[in-house]
Amino acid sequence: MTIYSQASWTDEGDDRYEPLLSEKANERVDIEDSPLPDELTRDSLELPAPAEPELARHYTRLSQMNYGVESGPFPLGSCTMKYNPSFTEDIAALPAAAVHPDRPDRTVQGTLGLCHRLQDYLGRIGGMDAVTLQPPAGAAGEFTGIQIAKAYHQHNDDDRSEVVIPDSAHGTNFATAAMAGYSVVELPSGDDGRVDIDALEAAVSEETAALMLTNPNTLGLFERDIERVADIVHEAGGLLYYDGANLNALLGRARPGDMGFDVMHYNVHKTFATPHGGGGPGAGPVGVTEELAPFLPDPHVRQSNGGYEYYRPDHSIGKVHGYYGNWPVLVKAFAYITRLGDGGLADASAKAVLNANYLAERIPYEVPFGPFHHEFVASAGEQDAADVAKGMLDHGVHPPTTKWPETVDEALMTEPTEGESRRSLDQLAAAFEAVHGADDGTLSAAPKRTAAGRIDQVRAARTPRLAWQALDSEQ
Amino acid sequence: MTSPYAPHTDAETEAMLDAVGVDEIDALFDVPDSVAFDGEFGIPAHGERETRREAAKLLGRNDDLTEFLGRGHYTHYVPSVVDDLASRSEFLTSYTQYQPEVAQGFLQALFEYQSMLVELTGLDVANCSMYDEATALGEAATLSQRVRAVSGETILVPDQLREGKRAVLESYAEGPGLPVESYPMADGQADVAALAETIDDDVALVYAETPTVRGVIEERLTDIGELADDHDALFCLGSDPIALALLERPADVGADVVVGDAASLGTGTAYGFGLGMFVTREDYLRQVPGRLVGASEDSDGRRAYTLTLQTREQHIRKERATSNICTNQAWVALRAAMHAAWLGPDGLVDLAEDCVTRARDLASRLNEVIGVQAPVHEGHHFREFVAHTDQPARAVVEDLAAEGYAVHAIDEHLIQVSATEVTAEAEDGLVGAIAEVAK
Repeated sequence: MTIYSQASWTDEGDDRYEPLLSEKANERVDIEDSPLPDELTRDSLELPAPAEPELARHYTRLSQMNYGVESGPFPLGSCTMKYNPSFTEDIAALPAAAVHPDRPDRTVQGTLGLCHRLQDYLGRIGGMDAVTLQPPAGAAGEFTGIQIAKAYHQHNDDDRSEVVIPDSAHGTNFATAAMAGYSVVELPSGDDGRVDIDALEAAVSEETAALMLTNPNTLGLFERDIERVADIVHEAGGLLYYDGANLNALLGRARPGDMGFDVMHYNVHKTFATPHGGGGPGAGPVGVTEELAPFLPDPHVRQSNGGYEYYRPDHSIGKVHGYYGNWPVLVKAFAYITRLGDGGLADASAKAVLNANYLAERIPYEVPFGPFHHEFVASAGEQDAADVAKGMLDHGVHPPTTKWPETVDEALMTEPTEGESRRSLDQLAAAFEAVHGADDGTLSAAPKRTAAGRIDQVRAARTPRLAWQALDSEQ
Repeated sequence: MTSPYAPHTDAETEAMLDAVGVDEIDALFDVPDSVAFDGEFGIPAHGERETRREAAKLLGRNDDLTEFLGRGHYTHYVPSVVDDLASRSEFLTSYTQYQPEVAQGFLQALFEYQSMLVELTGLDVANCSMYDEATALGEAATLSQRVRAVSGETILVPDQLREGKRAVLESYAEGPGLPVESYPMADGQADVAALAETIDDDVALVYAETPTVRGVIEERLTDIGELADDHDALFCLGSDPIALALLERPADVGADVVVGDAASLGTGTAYGFGLGMFVTREDYLRQVPGRLVGASEDSDGRRAYTLTLQTREQHIRKERATSNICTNQAWVALRAAMHAAWLGPDGLVDLAEDCVTRARDLASRLNEVIGVQAPVHEGHHFREFVAHTDQPARAVVEDLAAEGYAVHAIDEHLIQVSATEVTAEAEDGLVGAIAEVAK
């Protein structure tokens, strides 16, 4: 059993942990003798002014109060928290990569060349004919894909009003459809956790613009009837959208393009190992079939006269990012794919699936649906999944995603990724085991060994204090 | 080849397969043959050194130009300590703070970032980030439709606006069907009289910028805010955190939402990689898109931080969420906060003042050059300015590239030049090169 204790600093009797920068070193300066007339300037500015040694210690302490992939196992389901190879950072930091986005094409042939190569690689991996790198995150990729579907239908004078989404899908799918102006038709899952073909047939109609599907789905299950699903959607005139969140299950084994998907997004911060950065930046390239390529965002890179150039696709949806997306993230993804190649990518998925199956075998919680691939959703049963998660924190592991999808009671959505060794999977299993045997009182009091104890969510939402200016003066 | 980032030895793989009860990993895949992929991607594997070499070779085809470029993407000197601290793996390899008890560090850093934007704008609520300024503006447009006091639908923007920004706004406005229309600019600033003619009660949001896309500091923000107010429209101001250290506080000119790109702090030139600021009034708190960090208490009664008001968000509210955004630019925000703290208020104000004087001084030097008139616009400038060239601007830009410099061509005889401390030592060379090519 792992004995774990996260770093934490507090003074005895104090009502806080590490003080805020503003509490350490705030300074107020008056704006005087500026080169602008007074009526165009503010009066003063009050912000922290720590000396560099204090700044370094502040953020080093904060980092030690934070848990990342390099801290320990991080099986956060649907997030693919795999190891982020260090060398990709060095490549993204190459001085030649740091160019301004408004440079003429012919002066940035290296950047365009790398983009073109990455577009090509992603197309091969997903079985797609054309790929845009512009969307800056998975949700932005979804928005791009659905806007493409919309533009395609409009181009064919075929106004459609609905997007069909399974009840087990990521919340972003629903929100994306709404952002694009569609109403959502929620598709109830079948008893086996997969798409219910009868329900799908009932749900699609001439109003169906697209079906958004994750495959394997959020339960880790491959939609075995995917070809039938594709036929049903296509016969109704709709398009099939692939949410790439779970692509790490399938590298080299199956491709969305071969399954009948028309448009997909890739989550490079999941599948292609770019760091999650505490909540971004990610990148969400979108792949499409040849038929949809004219609708891709503006601009798109293509080859020309032995070099590369940007062009506006004929029926482009326009733009989804002010420039070209999250460039440094794309460079890291390029580096990862180039490093691994065919064999490494396929092995990553193989080991990810092996790890999930091995871990599921070792834990005391029931996994109601299978066979699963790179992730599984266990049920905490009589226990509260949120408490289970808090309990696991005390054992030096990050817990699974909890209470979602709702198709499993008290869900523990677990995705260990290929980066975990057998030893760390055993450590994870021991954490599950310990929490499974713990009584409710212990769990509801957990965690005890983290930088802070259990945090009051209700209080945070009831009395929002979202900046240091809003804190009580005595604090 | 196997993945170098999967730790399994062959013996471990065997033992794990045994534990699972299958003979080979293939048996774990439930993929029908009809859709199984048995081809090759044709992507060769490389060693780490070879991968670095390959990437360096590819990127080495970029011309080495000294960039005097801006128009929304700016470079300032980023101190080494920012790279060093932000690269700590506990920050870099963590994710959204779903378990706040093990993520206090990042949450506190984001809380501090939000607080800095609150101070810079004078408004109450800053979110953890949007992707970039353009998407933040798109989100502001859709926010206007969730504010009860707003009855109109039209989004009104300056007719001089970076094209990419307007295009993104139009993408966001397309779903809810909001018309995007423009009002005239005059001499690099909003033409307030013309705006007054243009605006009506159908307008939901008026967008203005300071500095404007032409680098001019907008002088009539209060008038713009009042016009928006008179028509029950939101006033959305686009700016950047360095300019806000010096310029009028957005709250004092009646701004309801402030958007902008904050990556000029902490990141610098990265091909348009951004950090969308989104700051608004407390009145619209429940309508804000994106993540918010709030202070609460832990079980020991100490102050602790957590993501809050998540019922606005897609993972709870699904199609009724305020936005579909989840992964944002948190790590870029961390870097911006670190850089701001390193500068301190004195350093930030100094930097902002340098942006004013450097643009002014470089413009007046270029005005001495035969064939160039600079600045074209009367007002005060920030970082950048527009110059008129007697020669066609495209030719000037081409010829300058041959001399190793990059500036913008924005019209037939207009170039735009952006200057920060990063290119200080190259200014003499630029002036000399322009003197050569602009004759």
